[in-house]
Amino acid sequence: MGTRNPVTWLGSPKFPDAARTALANTQLRSNLRKATGTIRGRRAAAVDEMPDWEDLRLAGEALKDEVLANLDVYLERLEKSVTERGGVVHWARDAAEANEIVLRLVRETGSDEVVKVKSMATAEIGLNEALEAGGVTAIETDLAELIVQLGNDRPSHILVPAIHRNRSEIREIFRREMPDVPEGLTDEPRDLAEAARAHLRRKFLSAKVAVSGANFAVADTGSIVVLESEGNGRMCLTLPETLITVMGIEKLVPTWSDLEVFLQLLPRSSTAERMNPYTSVWTGVTPGDGPQAFHLVLLDNGRTSTLADEVGRQALRCIRCSACLNVCPVYERTGGESYGSVYPGPIGAILTPQLVDDPHDKQAASLPFASSLCGACYEVCPVRINIPEVLTHLRARSVTARGRSPESIAMAAAAWVFSSPSRYERAQKLATFAKLISRNGRITRLPGPGAAWTSSRDAPVPAKQSFRAWWKENRG
Amino acid sequence: MADARTEVLARIRKALGDRPSPVVVPREYHRTGPGSLDLFAERVADYRATVHQVAPDGLVDLITSLLAGRRIVAPADLPPDWLVDQVTWLTDSPPLTVEDLDGSDGVLTGCAVAIADTGTIVLDAGVAQGRRVLTLLPDYHLCVVRASQVAATVPEALARLDAVRPLTFISGPSATSDIELSRVEGVHGPRTLEVVILRD
Repeated sequence: MGTRNPVTWLGSPKFPDAARTALANTQLRSNLRKATGTIRGRRAAAVDEMPDWEDLRLAGEALKDEVLANLDVYLERLEKSVTERGGVVHWARDAAEANEIVLRLVRETGSDEVVKVKSMATAEIGLNEALEAGGVTAIETDLAELIVQLGNDRPSHILVPAIHRNRSEIREIFRREMPDVPEGLTDEPRDLAEAARAHLRRKFLSAKVAVSGANFAVADTGSIVVLESEGNGRMCLTLPETLITVMGIEKLVPTWSDLEVFLQLLPRSSTAERMNPYTSVWTGVTPGDGPQAFHLVLLDNGRTSTLADEVGRQALRCIRCSACLNVCPVYERTGGESYGSVYPGPIGAILTPQLVDDPHDKQAASLPFASSLCGACYEVCPVRINIPEVLTHLRARSVTARGRSPESIAMAAAAWVFSSPSRYERAQKLATFAKLISRNGRITRLPGPGAAWTSSRDAPVPAKQSFRAWWKENRG
Repeated sequence: MADARTEVLARIRKALGDRPSPVVVPREYHRTGPGSLDLFAERVADYRATVHQVAPDGLVDLITSLLAGRRIVAPADLPPDWLVDQVTWLTDSPPLTVEDLDGSDGVLTGCAVAIADTGTIVLDAGVAQGRRVLTLLPDYHLCVVRASQVAATVPEALARLDAVRPLTFISGPSATSDIELSRVEGVHGPRTLEVVILRD
């Protein structure tokens, strides 16, 4: 439709520039180091308890691949089962179309306010801003989203959007922005949670419309699944008369029993718990229990173009656990905002540019370079997304798109090699060896002198025979 | 221009032009487990919920000692012997208003299934559970779990549930990890969860 995909924030600097600014912020780094350090240790303990963890990962990977390989079939099946149970299914090609649908549905209820469950899909499409522009107030009810909203801030983590704020900063935001803030609010997390409870209680009891995302949708039964901790999700999914769920088209599982894999993988990977406090499952409309009008908006917004890339499509397996953020040395130092998108960290570095799908967007194109390729993200990923593989693949794509072919980069490197005869001889031998480690016609890692530049870009496979060798053989 | 549905489906079919080969899902993970009532009790307690274990003939006394003098919400089909005298019962028939629920001292329910491995109870709006909102607005939830309802693993539990009923999986009291990624109990859902395990 030609409109800009709001998955990246307009005007964000390229990653290296944003990172340089963030690195100077010592408070941010200290907050992130503390939070990610805590969760890393707890996740490891939660995973070590599971002797079959690797088997669960393999099953999770295969189930998501199965869904992606037959996505059209599963989506039509989901649509049918949701409709049969009294839900209404809508399709949206992009963010603008999804926002229009939601705004229209809210207006049809006569309400000018919605309560929201934390949802990456609605953050990705900028739904709150679109509703605001249409005269509808969106109230975030997840604690971290509330902190971000009240602080007029940007989210910096998939699971905990306010991870860059420590407890005393959160107290200051509450004091400044909550009209009903309790006297003498301390910075104890328990007190801060209590303040949020009191602040949102009346909103929940009077809300007529809720907007949610979905962690999973079961194609066979039409059941939608939301995992959460606080109970704000249950409030939104139970109390209002109308529920509107916005869901990326990749969030499916084939059958109800397949959820058994993800209900084990997701909580341990994201909050490092055996199980998150609350998981809600609903199917269409249940008379006398919960919302009596249910709308499901199926969102593309760059997912089908991601699906078209045989290497890059594995990013669509993502279940938004954020384990890869918590282990990433780059994320820990630069924070989430440097990525300029609601999807930061390693998964953001491969998902965001693919959703943007615009080779001329320099900011998005810089994201696959936001990594040292250390591989920690791949090791913790519950659905085994090979993030380093996709990173190098996207780097090669981005280099080609910039009009500088991998060959031209190879020439620049060659200039350095040529400056010393002994270096040249060595490089030639190594380059012949490089054929052995190449995949799909590209080299992702060169040994020796080539390593420095292939760590941030791919090289083409060298010719079978060097020019000097050819010359010797044919003309010499 | 084609409608969105047609276009999205067409984009998918084009993107899958290579039609990836059929995927075989490896199912080597554990579907069953040793799980026991003791493990269930231990894992529920790990969430800082209170756990009681009683024989069936001790249930009425336990309910009385826990709830006496309070105003407690009861699903319409709660077993009659659970409705002990010393409690003011707010029965959900006719349906209670959100104000009634918000103003109560707590709620007493049974459950559909429980999971030993994860210390989870699952409500499916079936017998002795009522509408979802009944266990949401009161600040205190007392849940009775029969020994036969405890499944060892997540896969065993899902196999016992009907997906199209409204389901709520509850693992401890409401909590958040949103402040410095440390878990604290007590946000919007019930801040106190007590679980009674009824040993057969």
